[in-house]
Amino acid sequence: MKKLSARRRHPLAAVVVLLLALAATGGLYAAFAPASKAQADETAQSLAIEEGKKLYSVGCASCHGTGGQGTTDGPSLVGVGSAAVDFQVGTGRMPAQQPGAQVPKKKVIYNQAQIDQLAAYVASLGAGPIVPTKNQVSPDGADIAKGGDLFRTNCAQCHNFTGEGGALTNGKYAPSLEGVDPKHIYEAMQTGPQSMPSFPDTTMPEQQKRDIIAYIQTVNSAQSENPGGLKLGGLGPVSEGLFAWIFGLGALIAVAIWVAAHTAKAKKS
Amino acid sequence: MSSQEIPEENLPAEQGPAHGAVEGADDPFADPGLPAHQPRIQDIDERAAKRSERAVAFMFTLSMLATVGFIASYVIFPVDKIVYIWPFGHVSALNFSLGLTLGVALFAIGAGAVHWARTLMSDVEVADDRHAIEATPEVKAKVLADFAAGAEESAFGRRKLIRNTMFGALALVPLSGVVLLRDLGPLPEKKLRNTLWAKGKQLINMNTMEPLRPEDVAVGSLTFAMPEGLTEEAEDFQNQIAKAALMIIRIQPENIKDKREREWAHEGIVAFSKICTHVGCPISLYEQQTHHVLCPCHQSTFDLSDGARVIFGPAGHALPQLRIGVNSEGNLEALGDFDEPVGPAFWERG
Amino acid sequence: MSTATDTQRKAPAGERVADWADGRLGIYSLAKANMRKIFPDHWSFMLGEIALYSFIIIILTGVYLTLFFHPSMNEVVYHGSYEPMQGIKMSEAYASTLDISFDVRGGLLVRQIHHWAALIFLAGMFVHMMRVFFTGAFRKPREINWLFGFLLFVLGMFTGFTGYSLPDDLLSGTGVRFTQGAILSMPIVGTYISMFLFGGEFPGHDFVARFYSIHILLLPGIMLGLLVAHLILVFYHKHTQFAGPGRTNKNVVGMPLLPVYMAKAGGFFFLVFGIIAVIAAIASINPIWAIGPYRPDQVSTGAQPDWYMGFAEGLIRVMPGWEINLWGHTLVLGVFIPLMAFGLVLAIIAVYPFVESWITGDKREHHILDRPRNAPTRTAFGVAWITEYVIVFIGGGNDLWATHFHLSLNAISWFVRIFIFVGPVLAFIATRRICLGLQRRDKEKVLHGRESGIIKRLPHGEFVEIHEPLGPEQLHTLTAHEQYKPVEIGPTVDENGVERKVSALQKLRARLSKGYYGEDNQIAKPTVEEYKEITSGHGHH
Repeated sequence: MKKLSARRRHPLAAVVVLLLALAATGGLYAAFAPASKAQADETAQSLAIEEGKKLYSVGCASCHGTGGQGTTDGPSLVGVGSAAVDFQVGTGRMPAQQPGAQVPKKKVIYNQAQIDQLAAYVASLGAGPIVPTKNQVSPDGADIAKGGDLFRTNCAQCHNFTGEGGALTNGKYAPSLEGVDPKHIYEAMQTGPQSMPSFPDTTMPEQQKRDIIAYIQTVNSAQSENPGGLKLGGLGPVSEGLFAWIFGLGALIAVAIWVAAHTAKAKKS
Repeated sequence: MSSQEIPEENLPAEQGPAHGAVEGADDPFADPGLPAHQPRIQDIDERAAKRSERAVAFMFTLSMLATVGFIASYVIFPVDKIVYIWPFGHVSALNFSLGLTLGVALFAIGAGAVHWARTLMSDVEVADDRHAIEATPEVKAKVLADFAAGAEESAFGRRKLIRNTMFGALALVPLSGVVLLRDLGPLPEKKLRNTLWAKGKQLINMNTMEPLRPEDVAVGSLTFAMPEGLTEEAEDFQNQIAKAALMIIRIQPENIKDKREREWAHEGIVAFSKICTHVGCPISLYEQQTHHVLCPCHQSTFDLSDGARVIFGPAGHALPQLRIGVNSEGNLEALGDFDEPVGPAFWERG
Repeated sequence: MSTATDTQRKAPAGERVADWADGRLGIYSLAKANMRKIFPDHWSFMLGEIALYSFIIIILTGVYLTLFFHPSMNEVVYHGSYEPMQGIKMSEAYASTLDISFDVRGGLLVRQIHHWAALIFLAGMFVHMMRVFFTGAFRKPREINWLFGFLLFVLGMFTGFTGYSLPDDLLSGTGVRFTQGAILSMPIVGTYISMFLFGGEFPGHDFVARFYSIHILLLPGIMLGLLVAHLILVFYHKHTQFAGPGRTNKNVVGMPLLPVYMAKAGGFFFLVFGIIAVIAAIASINPIWAIGPYRPDQVSTGAQPDWYMGFAEGLIRVMPGWEINLWGHTLVLGVFIPLMAFGLVLAIIAVYPFVESWITGDKREHHILDRPRNAPTRTAFGVAWITEYVIVFIGGGNDLWATHFHLSLNAISWFVRIFIFVGPVLAFIATRRICLGLQRRDKEKVLHGRESGIIKRLPHGEFVEIHEPLGPEQLHTLTAHEQYKPVEIGPTVDENGVERKVSALQKLRARLSKGYYGEDNQIAKPTVEEYKEITSGHGHH
């Protein structure tokens, strides 16, 4: 409760209240509306699409075309599905800031409601992977060891053993997976953003994706255990070598200088 | 070497009192000799010396305490206890405490000993003479004479038959050791040329262990496959997968630039060896937008839409492609083995 | 010497033990020569000790590890205490390394000390070798010891590599795979050596056990022998020293072995061990549990070897993929050239002392060290070599530089491809100029004294800085170095007009000698006449 009151003045508080109010209104409406549930959903859906379209034409159309057909500046969004939108916009990659080898992760500028609306609009352009539910991405009860094995077969080649990321060609890179929302990891596997290939359910079933998410959470999160001490970036021998030279040999040479130095004399000559 | 021809005067003058360039007393650069010893504070002030003594004893005591701490840590902390210690993270309590106490126990001994040496032992510098390493001419003459006498007595130089047969015997006898190494491994024969792939073998998805179907493989996706019949439990699994691992992708057929690649594909589904042709790393950093695949070990880059030819890096030739089709059950199958050896190139590869 | 009354008294126990040993081992004669042996003090003389002590630490911890490690590639299913590996198939070698890390109390610490000490051992040898190089300590009579040291470094690299491969984890397995690929590239014998080394096809079931005996027996055995020889020669030659008052080529000035040096060197062992133990307490190394067991079809990005092999890695990464197919055979130049270059770069530094002594033609013993600036060409050569080493090293980590400095991997590879040739040349030129500059500064100091920082205004308004003349000790130190004159071929016709034969080798040597000691390549040190002229009154300004 204390936490809640403390956050009352948070800039997003108004947004949250508004969303709650909207949800409550919507819920009440759904509960009491005479029309059948399906119809109501459809209406909500078309509303979302409508709103999403407005957001799209302001924020996305300049690169992806007015109807999502794509231009020379951005690929077609027909058939990419809501999962792709949720990933790209939800991690701040979209809207892109500047052309370059790769669009980096940035501050997210849309709220989740707007992202959902955008996703609804893009999904309406053509069927594609949909945003997963909470259960679909939950690491609870997943097989961590199996996830590790799958990770080493499918993911480690680009993202490193424990998901620290790595280089691709010509300035592109596989990003670090530390602190990435499980939902976004799931969506990335589903949709294959940018250089990344997709791992659709047909070749990597949902359960295996959850195993992989569970593995990443175990080995690369703020709670991950590093029994040996500092993990030195988790990058392997390069950072270990630098550490050995700078801190190991550095400390030893400092000590050697002390051992070999002349002891202070009583009188300065 | 023709170094004898360099005249002595070309070499710089030796340093030292006897070889001064100018008359000794007159030479401003002459060696003034060892400077007089300057006493340390500890040499003239007994209180300072006492302080040093206490510091050294403190170090040795600290070491003893740290060793007690080491044993205590060993007993107290369970091997799987994890604690959060800033800034090291969630570390093993045992490793951390054992390492630190051991480190302190050792370091304190060293620091004590060095401090002792630096402050309390004599710091008067002493000069020790060097002696020539080379023997005197008399010694050398004696040794040479002894050797000549020994050689003469053995008749080594005269009885050439003995000498030659002995050299022969000594040269041949190590061969036994070399011969014994023969069974370290089999001969290469054609082992590097074949893999487990053969006509009719289905492509097994390495995630699900189920046969792959063409409709499973989406454009832009990446899947890994191994031959039907191979299991992780198999005795030679490692050896077989080291050659048979496959990388399955799908490219719109019109985007495949290489004619043979298109023919060997099934509706744009192409199967390339996952083993880099450079030195054999599993290569699979597939960039689905450009169809380039990068090796994480040495960065060879292959264009999978153009017969997997090398476009960057140290690999010498394209990744081998496996010809695939669909069997009667609608599963992907190999239409034969690779038509060239997979993995790193070798002399007999041709 | 000993009188009857002396022998009557009962000698103390320690003396009696020593007497007993002396009667069998002759320890008194040994101690007479060595107990008060003089060792000069300088921090850079302790770099070799860092290597020596890390080697001892490695042996101590290594013996402990052998008690728990199973050098076997039999497949087992893991059921130990590390959760994310439950039920995974792995080799016994990998499983036992997990056990050492998670189930043996203190096992993780010993493993980490062992591995950190190995990295520091190689680093210590490297800096020690460079110290010896840049001070010219490799000159007669120490050339053989230089070779011993060099062999220790190379063997250390391979001992490290075989040890790193033992846990059979995904990272080291990838390194072994690379080694196998490199072996395959050797013309004619490649496939045979590969089959023999791995007992058949890669990875087979043998290499861990074979690497094990190489790692714990063969290579360390040879190294131990070389190490003892190295140390015996250090004692026999007596240590080198820097020039200074009272220090000549015929003496060695410092502290006696007993007690000062023994306390310092013995203490230093504990300091080194202590620091490495602390590092092993706070920093993780080679966390094989996070890396996973080896499978030839799995890999992780950022696959690099330990630092001392990084240079081989770099060579192989930046090499273009040349391959020649002729008459049914393949010459894998893309791998074979880096393999040769690896040996060549190491060989160059190994033979350098012999080349230098051929150029100078100097057959005398040298016990006074050069300051690097006073041997500009040697120093420049050494810096060029290190530059080459470092550039290739950067190539070995090109993917990590790319991600951490937001660069293109390909651009870094191209940078290395160019600077592998250009870098050493630039480094050579720059270093030599810096050395000559420093030589000039030394000369200036000798002739005009030290800049005191005191500014004086002269009556007519000019400002001058007062220079303080140097004391005799510094004057001597700064002028003690030897300067060679370039070797002359001499006239090609003798006085009778008959042409003298000058071999190409002699011409080469003359040219090299000029490069080393020619007029522009070293600054003539001040002469007594110059000094006297300047200091005789009106020289001050």
